[in-house]
Amino acid sequence: MLIVPCPHCGDRPEIEFRYAGPAHIERAQRPAELSDEDWASYLYLRDNPKGLHFERWRHIHGCGRFFNAARDTVSDRFVASYKAGQKRPEIPR
Amino acid sequence: MTPFRTPAGGRIDRGKPIRFTFDGMAYTGQAGDTLASALLANGVHLVGRSFKYHRPRGIVAAGAEEPNALVTVDRGGGREVPNLRATQVEIYEGLTAISQNRWPSLKRDLGAVNDLLSPLFPAGFYYKTFKWPRSFWAKVYEPAIRRSAGLGRAPKAPDPDRYAQLYAHCDVLVIGGGPTGIAAALAAAEAGARVILCDEQPEFGGSLLHDPGATIDGKAATEWIAESLAALGRRDAVVLPRTTGFGYFAHNFVGLAERITDHLAAPGARQPRERLWQVRAKEVVLAAGAIERPLAFPQNDRPGIMLAEAARTYLNRYGVRPGTRAVVITDGDSAYRAALDLAAAGIAIAAIADTRAAPPGPLVDAARAAGIVVHPATTIIGTEGRRRVHSARLAPVGGGPEDHVSCDLILMSGGWTPAVHLFSQSRGKLRYDEALGAFVPGTSAQRERSAGGCRGTYELDACIGEGHAAGREAAAAARRSPAVSATVSGDAPAAPLPGGERSSQPGDAERGRDVAGEGALPRRKIPKRAFVDFQNDVTVKDLALALREGFRSIEHVKRYTTTGMATDQGKTSNMTALEFVATSLGKAVPAVGTTTFRQPYTPVTFGVIAGAARGDLFEPVRRTPIHSWAAENGAVFEDVGLWKRAWYFPKAGEDMHEAVARECRAVREGAGIFDASTLGKIEVVGPDAAEFMNRLYTNAWTKLEPGRCRYGLMLTEAGFIMDDGVVGRLAPDRFHVTTTTGGAPRVLHHMEDYLQTEFPDLKVWLTSTTEQWAVIAVQGPKARDVIVSLVDGIDIARDAMPHMSVRLGKVAGVPARLFRVSFTGELGFEINVPARHGRAVWEAVHAAGQAHGIAPYGTETMHVLRAEKGYIIVGQESDGTVIPADLGLDGMIGKTKPDFVGKRSLARPDMQLADRKQLVGLLATDPKVTLEEGAQVVEDPNAPVPMRMLGHVTSSYASAALGRSIALALVSGGRARKGMKLFVPALDGTAQEATVTDPVFYDPEGKRLDG
Amino acid sequence: MAELVTITTLPPATRFVVRGGEAAIPLIGRAFGVALPRDACRAASVPPRAALWLGPDEWLLLAPDGDGERIASEIGAALTGAPASVVDISDRQVALSVGGPRAATVVNAFNPLDLHPEAFPVGMCTRTVFAKAEIVLWRTAADGFRIEVWRSFAPYVEGLLREAAEEYA
Repeated sequence: MLIVPCPHCGDRPEIEFRYAGPAHIERAQRPAELSDEDWASYLYLRDNPKGLHFERWRHIHGCGRFFNAARDTVSDRFVASYKAGQKRPEIPR
Repeated sequence: MTPFRTPAGGRIDRGKPIRFTFDGMAYTGQAGDTLASALLANGVHLVGRSFKYHRPRGIVAAGAEEPNALVTVDRGGGREVPNLRATQVEIYEGLTAISQNRWPSLKRDLGAVNDLLSPLFPAGFYYKTFKWPRSFWAKVYEPAIRRSAGLGRAPKAPDPDRYAQLYAHCDVLVIGGGPTGIAAALAAAEAGARVILCDEQPEFGGSLLHDPGATIDGKAATEWIAESLAALGRRDAVVLPRTTGFGYFAHNFVGLAERITDHLAAPGARQPRERLWQVRAKEVVLAAGAIERPLAFPQNDRPGIMLAEAARTYLNRYGVRPGTRAVVITDGDSAYRAALDLAAAGIAIAAIADTRAAPPGPLVDAARAAGIVVHPATTIIGTEGRRRVHSARLAPVGGGPEDHVSCDLILMSGGWTPAVHLFSQSRGKLRYDEALGAFVPGTSAQRERSAGGCRGTYELDACIGEGHAAGREAAAAARRSPAVSATVSGDAPAAPLPGGERSSQPGDAERGRDVAGEGALPRRKIPKRAFVDFQNDVTVKDLALALREGFRSIEHVKRYTTTGMATDQGKTSNMTALEFVATSLGKAVPAVGTTTFRQPYTPVTFGVIAGAARGDLFEPVRRTPIHSWAAENGAVFEDVGLWKRAWYFPKAGEDMHEAVARECRAVREGAGIFDASTLGKIEVVGPDAAEFMNRLYTNAWTKLEPGRCRYGLMLTEAGFIMDDGVVGRLAPDRFHVTTTTGGAPRVLHHMEDYLQTEFPDLKVWLTSTTEQWAVIAVQGPKARDVIVSLVDGIDIARDAMPHMSVRLGKVAGVPARLFRVSFTGELGFEINVPARHGRAVWEAVHAAGQAHGIAPYGTETMHVLRAEKGYIIVGQESDGTVIPADLGLDGMIGKTKPDFVGKRSLARPDMQLADRKQLVGLLATDPKVTLEEGAQVVEDPNAPVPMRMLGHVTSSYASAALGRSIALALVSGGRARKGMKLFVPALDGTAQEATVTDPVFYDPEGKRLDG
Repeated sequence: MAELVTITTLPPATRFVVRGGEAAIPLIGRAFGVALPRDACRAASVPPRAALWLGPDEWLLLAPDGDGERIASEIGAALTGAPASVVDISDRQVALSVGGPRAATVVNAFNPLDLHPEAFPVGMCTRTVFAKAEIVLWRTAADGFRIEVWRSFAPYVEGLLREAAEEYA
């Protein structure tokens, strides 16, 4: 069970959270203007990186907030967590 | 005293005799004995039969690594535990232990015929022998193999014990309470850390407990242990004996299994048998010690052949002489200490065979000085003795004249294997240490450090020093940094084994060095019956066979031969196997690889994992505020998610079909009352509430007047139906949203997701009110008549409160949100009252309804009534691939809205295809036949298999109102097939003919809603 | 000997979930008589009322049973157009208290948080989990906790608490 750093509540056990997929995938302001290909890619195409991964979590059994975190998918180490809407931090590889 | 007990010494309580039985025979041990030590004290060496060949087996070890002495302990009343290591079972008055894997008895075991047939059972025999015919596998071979396979039997009765669980946190968790672990815990506690120290044994001290001469800081070891534990107590450290650190998980989450009552003759009724400690440690110190390796010489598995240090343990700690005349076979120094201790206790040491050419060092000199004959460059090439070894054949390494030595005990020592299991579980990388001939912890993956024997440090002073340093550093590290990120520590150089050189290939001298290059077969004679893995009966010959058949990776050899795959995970066998494979292939050990250790270190009970999660507490059982009334009135309940819902209310003599038919008639002809409290409810509040609803639901909400309701349809972003429900607008900035029973948390999560991350500019907030309200549905042409006398402050007249409206007022004196809605097609109301009043209001409505023939109805009737109307249930008529148009719900889509979640996806070409599955009605040609829900729909049941499947039946019921069966189905291009006859095949090969119809069977004009 | 653990179902209470924008937060606190705590996971209490931080824009207000209507109208009047959501959830959940020297141990049987007084001091509160149920846990005293739990999960949570307390009975 991981320890997930909530930007509001601090380090908390994983069972209080729900994983919510990759971060920084923005919904288009006007989806109707997107081509079918671009829309399908928004819906379905995701990277599956080995190593640093920016992802969304929700502290669903805590403060209820969605937030973003940077986690190494090999070591499971969280290197950053930040509130939804904040910019993706620069993380030295 | 029993015959093999020493006159004095050891840590047993000689004043406290303990009676126990083994295979029905009564024995006496002493308090402090394990089952193994007590049996040895009684001269019992034969304790089990081996897994595959049913060979007689004795006690090999004195701790967790024991591969042979597995027993069942039966406390009666379902308290029956198989596969316990006798070396870890503490005896108590009345202990009943039973040997395993033998029939009819341990001494006369018919399965032993397998041993004679052993040429038929080489490694991988089951892959070869039982391959054909294929049909025999499941019914003949597998059951036969399972029956004859070894180990104990699972108990059949329910486990009557209670099991506790506990989450615990600490700065420093120390696993292993030997000298290293105690030193580490003490140093950490003195540095101010919150410390947990655990050890699998009843007594702390580890190797010190069988090393009576040891001193620490000038004190006797036992005194040092007692003082250290007292100091830990003063510093509020949690000190856990009988507690195995069995699993090391991510982010320093460590599972400990504490055995609380297994050693007690009469446990307290309230005491849990075991406790699972789920520990989150900022830092972990592993001090798990090391495990001695056996040697793989021919016939090395007879009772009376044991690890040298185990013999020393039995003698020094338990006051037991494990034999009278011993031969020692070793490739290192530590066995000499055992030989010296045994000799001092009066056990004759017939010979020490040392595989090294010129064993050096003070211990060797001491043995010679004690008059013990040391044969250098000598090995054992065979042993004799059926139920107990009685002689050993010694011969020079590489061949030469034999020497036949009689003995009743053989001590073997193939060196030491650091117990790196937990380090490996933590995903740390192991490093092979050439000097030690063993894997030691290399690169850490988590915030832990190893100290003492488990990192290859064996000398007491060095262990204490390492333990102290590890504890101090761990305490400092715990203070320094937060718990989350793991640190990576570099390799620490491992100290060489003190006291002389180890032969480069420990152990069996018969493993030739003259193997050809990679890929070639070993060219030399392979010893017979030289066991590598005692528990899974894997021999050197099996390993050689695997190599000859082309297996090269240790992972493949392991799986093919099953070496290291028994319940002991190869604690005593992995390294021997690895070295044999490496040598045979002419490779270095690290090039062959090592195995990854998995949780648990030693087996744990299902009970400790399950804890309290069984019976009524297995999971939450959610009951509505009206549940008790339904139960008192004979309801049969069904599980819907975690909820218990009233399914139907049978009257005396009624079966389900009759009860449901009666309930349906009551609603269609008079009135019914239904508990809808489980419906999800979300209060959406804020100035942007309507805009938020516009974006999350397909419909348009802006123009919905306060006091009016609308059926809402929610899609996923991919356009598929996610949920539905009636939404009431209570005020310009306040909506009362209902969801499906199962969908409530999902919908709230989905709403919060968009609100927080995509539309954070909207001023609107969400609150779950599912459990705030009890919901009482009153449905039927008499519904208004039923409630009119109870309603206060609301005009519920037909035109004053039309279909799909909501009003605030009082019902039965209780503040209520009254909805005029229907899921039955009849005139209907849903009364929402605060949950605490739910039952009282229900009873008031039920009483008022008596004059109108009101009947309580359950979910089954609800389903029938809505199916008659063609109303969908999300999750039944939809399955995650269904869009609104498929269900004929295009009208629910706000065409003028520029966007809502899922809208763009509905414009994808796939969503426009004419052959999409569409919701239709299906009427079986035989009206008495109720089609199978989930059954496929086809055009021609006689077409060759696999035939094209057009869709499936989603709902199917006997309809009382229509006097026949009805069904809903999703059928490819279904709406264009109306009037066509299709077929619904059944599992028995028959097929029902059915006609495609409109999905609304009853009151298609909807006139009854306006009643 | 004093009991090591006591588990009690608390009487009905008035409860609101209040959520809202920045402007509303001080107004709600003033109207309620307890300032809404801005620090994460902290409760503020002016007996018999209390305001518990549940999230950065979400608080649980607790007051004696029967005060609901007055509180709703007072907060409503105070808001004067500041956007906010005030929802009465008095009946959504029930409260249990766990007290005594082993209270933290019993809660920790099924709750994974560190309840050491330094990690979870008096006045700390949070939504969290208790086995398979969600709860709000509030430390009201060194050896006392209040657990708020949705109504239908309460028998499960109470059952587990009593099971965990069994060995200290």
